[in-house]
Formats: sequence, structure tokens, C-alpha cells
Amino acid sequence: MRGVSERLAAGEVLLADGAIGTMLMARGLEAGACPETFAFERPEALEEIARLYTEAGADLVQANTFGASPLKLAAYGLEARTREIVLRAVECARRGAGEEALVYGSCGPCGRLLEPWGDVSPGEVRESFSTTMRVLAEAGVDAVIVETMTDVSEAAIAVRAAREAMPAVPVVATMTFDRTPRGFFTIMGTGIEEACRALEEAGAAALGSNCGQGSGAMVEIAAEFRRRTALPVAIQPNAGIPRREAGATVWPEPPAFMAARVRDLLRLGVRIVGGCCGTTPEHVRAFREAVEGGGA
Amino acid sequence: MDLLREIASSLETGDDERAAERTRAALAAGVAPRVVLDEGLVRGMEAVGARFKAHEIFLPDVLLAAKAMIAGVEILKPLLEGEGMPSRGKVVIGTVKGDLHDIGKNLVGVLLRGAGFDVVDLGRDVPPERFVEAAEREGARVIGMSALLTTTMPAMARVVGLVRERGLGGSVRTIVGGAPVSADFAREIGADDYGYDAANAVERVAALVAR
Repeated sequence: MRGVSERLAAGEVLLADGAIGTMLMARGLEAGACPETFAFERPEALEEIARLYTEAGADLVQANTFGASPLKLAAYGLEARTREIVLRAVECARRGAGEEALVYGSCGPCGRLLEPWGDVSPGEVRESFSTTMRVLAEAGVDAVIVETMTDVSEAAIAVRAAREAMPAVPVVATMTFDRTPRGFFTIMGTGIEEACRALEEAGAAALGSNCGQGSGAMVEIAAEFRRRTALPVAIQPNAGIPRREAGATVWPEPPAFMAARVRDLLRLGVRIVGGCCGTTPEHVRAFREAVEGGGA
Repeated sequence: MDLLREIASSLETGDDERAAERTRAALAAGVAPRVVLDEGLVRGMEAVGARFKAHEIFLPDVLLAAKAMIAGVEILKPLLEGEGMPSRGKVVIGTVKGDLHDIGKNLVGVLLRGAGFDVVDLGRDVPPERFVEAAEREGARVIGMSALLTTTMPAMARVVGLVRERGLGGSVRTIVGGAPVSADFAREIGADDYGYDAANAVERVAALVAR
């Protein structure tokens, strides 16, 4: 199978998968529980999710390693099991993807605020991410995505850790922005221009945004990324902001609605598209059609 | 006076060392501790809160301002002990059961303290009973609950229910907030109010205690 770098260099669009967290909740993940424990408690569910996304037409399916860094796992007393969790999560994704899709490792925020405003040092964060990246390298992932970041210094540390652990593996870096009267900023105050500069410098192969407030805002965010960077842009929106209706969580953006926004993203020249929270294999199937149509 | 303005501005620049040093200088110059607090530190925090609300500055700036404020308050505390720290009322806050996200909740706590409220922070993953017990024990006027996950929002309804069951509805108000929470949701579960962001939450709490 051709790799991510090769396909990006050839000018292709890559379709990533949809949500994992909300798919795990639908399979019994309880509020407050550690999603990464599925790697050893419910590996068949991780494999199933990867298979569903692969069957829906994703080129890239994610290993369930979003929170699998020692600092984050320490919130559940699981930091000693980092290696086991990462290796098993990648195995599950690989089994689900088979020969049809590439597997990328996910790296989300460490869950703590960095000094000087928080209580964890950049060195500790670097060590934590490096531990995870070394295991992802050992597991042989095809790419890494550093995602849902709001502090650009933390994102850059994660990108550098990935580059050091696996120099030949492309790293995608995406941050989560809110709309403000002065434009899009993360809650930590990182703007798109600053994100581009810092993440390019850290060695990202592609950059952009994930999660956030729905696919409409993402089209605006994508346009600004396209103006600010020459690197391939990656965009993975939520299915809107969830509502609770009659005790159930409802995601307001159905597949056809989001696929229309994906067409907008493709017309803007976005090269990696996929979904975040609330998206499902049905969303990815609709995105596949949009990609096949080239945004038309 | 200039020293008070400098104290306020050290909060805006997030400089805790300067905040402490200027606080000591103001006391040495004979300014009353209460005046240093009200017209230096609190005024600085109010300015930071206003700029945060206007999206001119962001979370890290507020957190640094809070550190600077605490550096000054620590110096004033022993001097104010006789008259007690002034308070607009006690507020119990926490992230609800099952939810480990506390950045938003912490920010609300920082801004509430800056606005002169006495804050009891129960942390995250807080069971409904603990909110209510803490409010009773502390004589709090408001319970503030935060959730980031849609799956943990129902815990907020249980807290509101417990407040009613124990007959505290008249004395303890409830307010909810967090990314998936809405004004509709607050109404649906019978909470007294909803804050759409941290700065708004502080305004709503101030309105609740003024009722």
C-alpha cells in the first residue's frame, strides 16, 4: 500500500476516519472511564470500529491512542501500562484496516496546563509524549496525528517528539479553534497564523484543525489555513455541538449535511478530510462520495 | 495613587513577583491593606476579566493574573484577618461526577475569586451529594457545576434535585456551564441559571446572590 507521504506528494486527497470516542460510548464506555482501557478490555470493539471505517472508505484509520501518554494515563493510575495500551491499540486498528487502509496513531493533549500558567514543565510533557511516540514507532504506524491541541507549545512538543522517534513517519498536527470577534483562536489564545508558523517549524507534514464547533466554521478555518501555509491542510470537524434530547445525546449534523461542507473543504484545496466527535461510518461513507466527486 | 495602579497593572502583565513587591511597597507607604486589596488587586483582576470577556486576552493571561493576585493576597491576608477577608458570598464549584475536565471550572473559580467571591473548589468527578453537603456545611449561596461531556450532564440534574429534596432551594442557588450545556438544558433540569462562558458565569453568579 502506498504511504501517506507518497500520496500527499502526488497531490491526492486522503480520507481519514470519523470519531472513536463517541463510537466507544455507543459500545459501553462509561462517563469518566479511561477510553484507552478498551485496548485490553474490549479489543474486539476497537477492531470493529477500525473495520467499519475502513469499509466506509477511509484511507486512514486511527489507533485508539488519543490519551495514551503517561501524563494523561496517570489520571487513571494507568501510566505504567502505556506501552501495552499503545501496542494493542495499534494492533486492533491494523486488524480492522487489513490491507485496505493505513493506520495512524493519535496523540491528544496531556491533560495538564504547561508552565508558567499550569503546573507541568515542558520537559515533563516532552518525556511523556516521547514515551508514547517511541511505542507508536515500534508498532509501525503509517502516520501520526497530534490533535485537539489548544496550546501551541504543547502541540509543537508533541510534533517534535514524533519526528525524533520516527523521522520517516509523517506527522499531521491539528488544533481546536473557537470563533471570537477577532477571528479564530484556541482557548489558550493561539491564532491560525501562529499555529502554522510553530507547527511548520516543529516539522509537521500537514496541519489544520479538528473538533471545534461544527463543519460550517471549519470551512472558514480551512480557508485561513490555506492562506497561511503551503503545507497540506488537514480538517476533521465535529458533527456540530451536541444537544441532549430526551436523555440522549444528539449530534446535529447528519452525513449529507457534513458531506456538503467536505465538498467546500475540497474546493478550498484541503488534502486530508475526516470527522471528529459525533461522526460515524455513515458520515465517512458520505465523505468518500464527496472525495470521489473531487468536491464537485 | 500610582502604587495601586502598578499593582493592578502587574496583574494585567501576569507578573507575580512585581505584584508582591508593589503590594509590600504600598503597605510600607502606609496604604491600608483593605485599600491595597480593593483598589489594587481586585481592580486589576476586574480589568483582566473585562479584557478576557472582550476576547482581547486568553486563558493563560487570566491564569497568570490569578497567580499575581494570589501573591498579593498572601501578603495582605494576615493583616486583614481581624476584619476578615471581604466576601460577596460563598460559592461551591466543581466538575460533575464522571467528568475529569476542569480547565473551564478552574477558570470560573479564578474569575469568581477575582470578583470578590469566596470559592470552595471541590475539584473534578464530584458526586452530587458532595456538592450539596459542601454547600450546607459552608453556608454557600451558590453551587456552580461544570461538565464537558454530554454523558455527564445528567449528574447536574441530580444535584438540582438534591438541593430541592433537602429544602435548600430558597437559600442555595444552582448554576451550570460547560461546552455542551445550554440555557435550555439549564431550564429543563430546573437549575437557577446558566453561564455561557467563564466571564458570563461570574456575572450570573453575581446576579443570583443579588436576588
